[in-house]
Amino acid sequence: MSTASHSKAAVAFIKDEPRTDWHDETLWFVREKRDKAAHGVAEWEQLREWASQIKEHTLSNLDKYLTAFEEKAIANGITVHWAADGKEHNEIILEIIRKNSIQRIVKSKSMLTEECGLNEYLHGKGIEVVDTDLGERIVQFRDEPPSHIVLPAIHLKKEDVSETFHRHLGTEKGNNDPQYLTEAARQHLRSKFIESDLAITGVNFAVAETGGFVVCTNEGNADMGAHAAAVHIACMGFEKMIPKAEHLSVYLRLLARSATGQPITTYSSHFHKPRKGQQVHVVIVDNGRSKQLGRPDFRNSLKCIRCAACFNTCPVYRRSGGHSYHTAVAGPIGSILTPNIDMKANADLPFASTLCGSCSNVCPVKIDIHQQLWKWRQVIAAEGYVSAGKKTGMKGMAFVLSRPALYRFSGKAARWFMQVFPFLFRSKKMNPWYRQREMPKPPAQSFRDWYKKNKTA
Amino acid sequence: MKTGLFIPCYIDQFYPGVARATMELLEKSGCKVVYPLNQTCCGQPMANSGFAAFSKGCDKNFVQNFSGVDYIVAPSGSCVLHIKEHLQDADEQKATYIKQHIYELTEFLTDILKIEKLDADFPHKVGLHISCHGQRGLNLSSMSELMEPSFSKPERLLGMVNGLQLAKPKRSDECCGFGGTFCLFEEAVSVKMGKDRVREHAANEVEYITAADTSCLMHLEGILKRQGSHIKTIHIAEILNSSKA
Repeated sequence: MSTASHSKAAVAFIKDEPRTDWHDETLWFVREKRDKAAHGVAEWEQLREWASQIKEHTLSNLDKYLTAFEEKAIANGITVHWAADGKEHNEIILEIIRKNSIQRIVKSKSMLTEECGLNEYLHGKGIEVVDTDLGERIVQFRDEPPSHIVLPAIHLKKEDVSETFHRHLGTEKGNNDPQYLTEAARQHLRSKFIESDLAITGVNFAVAETGGFVVCTNEGNADMGAHAAAVHIACMGFEKMIPKAEHLSVYLRLLARSATGQPITTYSSHFHKPRKGQQVHVVIVDNGRSKQLGRPDFRNSLKCIRCAACFNTCPVYRRSGGHSYHTAVAGPIGSILTPNIDMKANADLPFASTLCGSCSNVCPVKIDIHQQLWKWRQVIAAEGYVSAGKKTGMKGMAFVLSRPALYRFSGKAARWFMQVFPFLFRSKKMNPWYRQREMPKPPAQSFRDWYKKNKTA
Repeated sequence: MKTGLFIPCYIDQFYPGVARATMELLEKSGCKVVYPLNQTCCGQPMANSGFAAFSKGCDKNFVQNFSGVDYIVAPSGSCVLHIKEHLQDADEQKATYIKQHIYELTEFLTDILKIEKLDADFPHKVGLHISCHGQRGLNLSSMSELMEPSFSKPERLLGMVNGLQLAKPKRSDECCGFGGTFCLFEEAVSVKMGKDRVREHAANEVEYITAADTSCLMHLEGILKRQGSHIKTIHIAEILNSSKA
């Protein structure tokens, strides 16, 4: 992928300006709901600080907490698997499927399985997975990736959903009534839950102290799956760890408020041990996380609890859509997580930001997202993943700007050219500034010229 | 109080009026203003593009120009923030002094000069654009994302101007989309963000949009002019320095 891919995808997205406005306003509405919810908690900033510090501590003692979790989980009757990367993660799941002769699989939302490409992998083996989160089911029907980690189908309008359901579920053509469409999905998914042999879920928090884990959903679909199927596999990145159950009181208060402005997710389900006759597996995945942990500038990106508040507040995300980020986790947080996994393919993402800093301010675990975007830019440039043209331009600019006389000469020359040959700058092809903006009007003299003439004797 | 006037490169070249207003405002407020003649750029364009390594020459030049003054003041939150966060020099002491004594103009007027009143007249309806680096980087005003008491250094100063009617856009502190080289490499998003800001100010029927950063204004000005809008842009220094016509 070329380094210009985000910007190119953004151009395509913005072409439909009314739809871009709709996308922007929809997500801004979520951001405003988040603000209102946060204002309702007097100790909000204190909670963020605690959440950040608990994760800081956990990341610094991760080996200890992971093994403590494993020990407890095994004692509770849970089978624990370790996967070094996405490939191993997928293979572990395939093995469980084969061993248990599983035919029907339901999966609630798990960004990790998106990151590992689990659905495509199993599809390649002739095994189909039904995504049970409503938004995920919609994009799955459409053969699209989610465009948002909390609101996977936020890029779609109810008309799009109606069309999709008409094609896949046989709903009435042109019936855009959300209740009608949701009911159709509900009936469709009910039968999938009842028939399933295996439920795959994500993990929001894994508690070292208890060996249990918490899964948060608004639709109860993780529970429906896990309660109906004989086998439950919960997949987690190793950073989901928290030391104690009491720490949930910090994170559960922050998570849903940051994500959607709700006081808490509708279902915050605690799984501790298999019920009689059930198997519970936890797959703990690294997939580049230990590498990120070893990068001092970027390690605290692993504090992320996947609330997507940074997506909703990001003025660039709202106007370019999740798919323009071409990664499982989009938005500002995706832009600091994904260069770690594949720097070349994701070299464009840290540049898809104005560095406005709003992301860092909404982050419930206080990740310095915009600072990390800046730092990734340095790493990416140093590793040579910035276009040669840009590099040469920057070198030239630095050369001029570090030489006062040359700077003054160049400035004067540029202003003179702009005055005498304004058409030179009026190429919408060559000058991206001019495409939709007028050039500034060059004054006859610089401030320095004026100052020298009028203020120095 | 010896105050070094830092005029960022693009202001020097394209907006000398902003520089003059800043200088006059500081002089009126009792500062002894010096303007080092060999200053150029803070180095931010290179650094934000991933080439901080190329901005060493700018750093060196900056330190040479601005050592020996009590304070350094600039009419740009963004450039000030860059110096504060990234200036490096072989002489660490000099660099540290600069980083600790460089101020954005409205911050300097508020926190150091402790300005309580101004002799300024600007009988117009003005929309305030909050520039991100000044706000979220230098803490010039409270931020809509944080649960904190509300305050604004630029707004407080604008409140001292006779006749000025302030109008705030619906989204009080959303980025305008300039973003340095972002405005070229992500042109589509950049312009869309700018158009959205302009639309909110236009809905307030303002005559002017002001800000503490000229770069945001340059971007918004380009969009306004292309749209044939009657709304003009003006830097906050020009308003604070305005007098009865």
